[in-house]
Amino acid sequence: MSDATLPRQLDDGRRVDRGRAGMACLILTESAFFAIFVVAYLFYIGKSVTGPQPVDVLDFPVVGTVALLSSSGTIMFAVRALRRGEIARFIASFLVTITLGVVFLVSTAMEWNRLIFEDGLTIGTNLFGTTFYSLVGFHAAHVCIGILLMSGIWSMTLLGHVKSRHAEKVELVSWYWHFVDAVWLVVLTSVYIVGL
Amino acid sequence: MPFYRSHRCPEPRARLGGLDAVRVGLVALASPLLFSARALADDAASTFDTGIFSGVSTPAIQIQTYSLGVVAICAAIFVVVVGFGAWTVIRFRRRDEDDDREPPQIYGSNSLELAWTVIPLVIVFILALVTARAIVELQLDKRPAGWLAVTAVGHQWWWEFQYPEYGITTANELHIPVNRPGARRPTFLTLESEDVIHSFWIPRLAGKTDIIPNRTNHLWFEPLQTGLYVGQCSEYCGTQHANMLLRVYVHSPTDFERWVREQQRDAVSDPRVADGRSVFLETACINCHTVRGTVATGQFGPDLTHLMSRQTLGAGVGTLDAKTLRAWVLNPDHLKPGVRMPAMGVEGESLDQLVSYLLSLK
Amino acid sequence: MAAIDTPTPPVTAPGHSWTDTLHDWVTTCDHKKLGVMYVCSGLFFFCVAGLEAAAMRYQLLFAGNDAIGPETFNRLFTMHGTTMVFLVGMPIITGFGNYFLPLMIGARDMAYPRLNAWGFWMFFFGAFLFYFSFLGADGLYGAGTAPDVGWFAYAPLTGKAFSRGNSTDYWILGILISGFGSLSGAINMLGTVISLRCRGMTFGRMPLFVWMMSVVSFLILIALTPLAAAQVMLLFDRFLGAHFFDTQAGGDAVLWQHFFWFFGHPEVYILIIPGFAYASEIIPVFSRKVIFGYPVMVAATISIGVLSVGVWAHHMFAVGMQRELNIYFAAITMLVGVPTGIKIFNWIGTMYGGKIRFQTPMLFCTAFVFQFVLAGLTGIMLAATPFDWQLTDTYFVVAHFHYVLIGGLIFTIFGACYYWFPKVSGKMLDETLGKWHFWLFVIGFQLTFTTMHVQGLLGMPRRIYTYPSDRSWEIWNQITSAGVLFQAAGVLVFFYAIARALHSGRPAGPDPWDAWTLEWSTSSPPPDYNFAEAPEVHSRRPLWDAKHPEDPDWKHE
Repeated sequence: MSDATLPRQLDDGRRVDRGRAGMACLILTESAFFAIFVVAYLFYIGKSVTGPQPVDVLDFPVVGTVALLSSSGTIMFAVRALRRGEIARFIASFLVTITLGVVFLVSTAMEWNRLIFEDGLTIGTNLFGTTFYSLVGFHAAHVCIGILLMSGIWSMTLLGHVKSRHAEKVELVSWYWHFVDAVWLVVLTSVYIVGL
Repeated sequence: MPFYRSHRCPEPRARLGGLDAVRVGLVALASPLLFSARALADDAASTFDTGIFSGVSTPAIQIQTYSLGVVAICAAIFVVVVGFGAWTVIRFRRRDEDDDREPPQIYGSNSLELAWTVIPLVIVFILALVTARAIVELQLDKRPAGWLAVTAVGHQWWWEFQYPEYGITTANELHIPVNRPGARRPTFLTLESEDVIHSFWIPRLAGKTDIIPNRTNHLWFEPLQTGLYVGQCSEYCGTQHANMLLRVYVHSPTDFERWVREQQRDAVSDPRVADGRSVFLETACINCHTVRGTVATGQFGPDLTHLMSRQTLGAGVGTLDAKTLRAWVLNPDHLKPGVRMPAMGVEGESLDQLVSYLLSLK
Repeated sequence: MAAIDTPTPPVTAPGHSWTDTLHDWVTTCDHKKLGVMYVCSGLFFFCVAGLEAAAMRYQLLFAGNDAIGPETFNRLFTMHGTTMVFLVGMPIITGFGNYFLPLMIGARDMAYPRLNAWGFWMFFFGAFLFYFSFLGADGLYGAGTAPDVGWFAYAPLTGKAFSRGNSTDYWILGILISGFGSLSGAINMLGTVISLRCRGMTFGRMPLFVWMMSVVSFLILIALTPLAAAQVMLLFDRFLGAHFFDTQAGGDAVLWQHFFWFFGHPEVYILIIPGFAYASEIIPVFSRKVIFGYPVMVAATISIGVLSVGVWAHHMFAVGMQRELNIYFAAITMLVGVPTGIKIFNWIGTMYGGKIRFQTPMLFCTAFVFQFVLAGLTGIMLAATPFDWQLTDTYFVVAHFHYVLIGGLIFTIFGACYYWFPKVSGKMLDETLGKWHFWLFVIGFQLTFTTMHVQGLLGMPRRIYTYPSDRSWEIWNQITSAGVLFQAAGVLVFFYAIARALHSGRPAGPDPWDAWTLEWSTSSPPPDYNFAEAPEVHSRRPLWDAKHPEDPDWKHE
């Protein structure tokens, strides 16, 4: 070891938690994935030669949107409750979050049912159908994944395995959920506002 | 004589001969900076120059001048950097008499970094401006008045040429007029595709432009010399991409007018080949091919009205003579594996008659 | 911090049979084992793709040659390109990153070891699926046909109408699945760099290797999923009747190109920047000097990363984009050459004033520096749009990117192999064999790829299984093909050298090159846990500080 004085220590050794770093990376790469579907949607607006056009068949999805956006609020509440050790409150608000997610999925399913069977719009009908179902579908798939993750945690909480020290990990899932919400805002704008 | 060695090559060329080895050795010893674009004369009877520095048409010449400028800048940079690098590597190599003391540790130099950031930025800036100007001069989206309009349609794996002003449709061999001072008639090509992406390229006439389905692109030539110029498809388009060759005949204005008039006539109706014509019209040939003046109005294959005014067959896969034509009609896949034209099942005497008919379509 | 702390190398427990070893490797989450598996897989596919190239070069020896027909040739260039990019380049850079990143930052493993293992096996099975296409894909010409759409698979050639059968689906799925390996590698590397640096290692004290792999990881995260998205769109077109790229229904073929090259251009920087990383570690050690201009090297790498995302359409100059777009892409592509040039100057600046030892790693890295100058300059030529209108889709482009990827990446990979093999295996590679490898390979490389520029300038397009005899291209093709023999010989020497070293190589010890970064403070090979005690560093070259206590780096940084 050197006798000379050591340099001024610039580093206190604090590092970003690896869970947060990982989830941030995942969100970044998923954003790039969605961006391509959004670009395809925007690019093909107005270019369908035949078939139903957006303005003819789309209704603004109020129920689903309200449900999904509120679920971001409830999940924040849930994570805070868990951090404070209020397991019962956590279970309740987490369940509300999951339910709101399911409400969103059901409203999407109902919309698709109407579009396919009443309006005759499928993925192969025209460019609108192709880009719509891909974009909204991948978003819905990510909602499903989030619901599965949350259900898994919720069940484990019921079994008594989840404690306040796990709040940081559950927060990572909430980041994913907020991301899914943010993507919905982009999809909403592209499909139901700009594209109309 | 075939311009292109046919699929079944008669002369076996299994091994590299001694002469080839000498050639290889000699060129291997030559400088690695082989920027010579002049084709080495082959010992074959006729060769085509497809070099990009052999321009005979305004766009190709403009690109050539511009490109040589770019090459010059790059060559200068190369000489300076590699020269200095080579000197460094030789000068500062460890010698046996060196002790094991580490050399002075130099961590960097702000002024050097600034210098070798700013100088390249300046070079890039100038180059970008020159490039912008060249792009603007070369890229034309609309046909200027008086220019010859040709539509080139790319197919798997042949070219269709339409002259809307003259009502002519031909295939694979493009005929255009030359340009002289005071008598300019550049050719303005509209590029379309029937199927996948192709690319139209005659190096001595212009740069290449892709041919994309559901999209219209443009390309222009202003050839300043008569002659025959060749190229080929330059975007991979499937099995026989390699055999989608192009020939462009640049004529004097009178010759070009004569060619147009000949093409505008309906197909020759020679009574001596009436049998063959019956075979043609009764077989499914008419579903794909057009012969103007008959009931054959098919659009999927090349227009055959003046087939024998062309010199090659199958977009360059063989010379257009009786023997090759016969082999082609019998089984096109033999000459061009994967070709879209099926073997029509015409054989024996019917085949002879059919070929005689086709040979009459001058 | 203790001076070079070298615990004894790990010892295999008695009674350890080969099945135990196999189980160990198959179930491992250890970054070192996974790193070795990635690199070995990459080298295996390098040989496979090399044979594919050799077959093509054999067919192109003579005009009108009929050794290999069009269907097979088209499959060969598709498989060769796809394999080299996705099954050779990506795993090798992931492998080196995996092995050395934790060691260089003083960590015990990567941040997500199980994700790491999952990623490797996804890569492995994706590669297997891709090559299974030779047997299983039901193509137009009978059973067993690999994809033949080219490595960038332009639409609508890849649509159901023009690519019947399943060969294109193997291209899509093979890459999609093995891409998860790259993604998981990237998440791991970034997460590790962010969270697991040892005490004292601020971002400003990380080895350049670590900086560069971080930029690479960032690029992977934003470039790879767009490719996956485009491939999913293509799958939808082919199986669900969608119309993303279906020109018959109003779809746009050029949209595929935009999406693909938005991935494709960053991809080539993803491939080459690790090469820069290896050179940035090797050149200083063998010149016996600190890297010249560390902060500028970092800034240049980050600039390259950022700019590379915005240049993609220089692959599309012939597509007929508007003038303004062509001008923009030309300008920005030329701009990205500037930070790259700066790095070359800094490497030369590192060598300047040094005492350069030309052992094998340095031979490869020196050749890299010179070759990369030419590669970069031909890149500038291709960025000059009107010039590109003549050069694109010819052998000039093929020569350019092989110059970058072989003359740049493969050369530095070989250098990295010779440099770090002692650390990984505990044995030295034979120096004489290394020199044979180097000289055979560099002669072959020059013969093949310098010459290849000429074919491009003479108007020879790419992806053609044969050419007419009246174009005067034949002699150049023959010289190009001749170089293959030398390169193959060099690669054979390389594998022989590895086998010899593993069997009876000289023991390496912890620090055979007298280097300065943390991996050289461990034994060779390192123990499973890497460091008995987490290191603490005060400068960019902790071992320099330990070896030169009278003149430590931190006084000058």
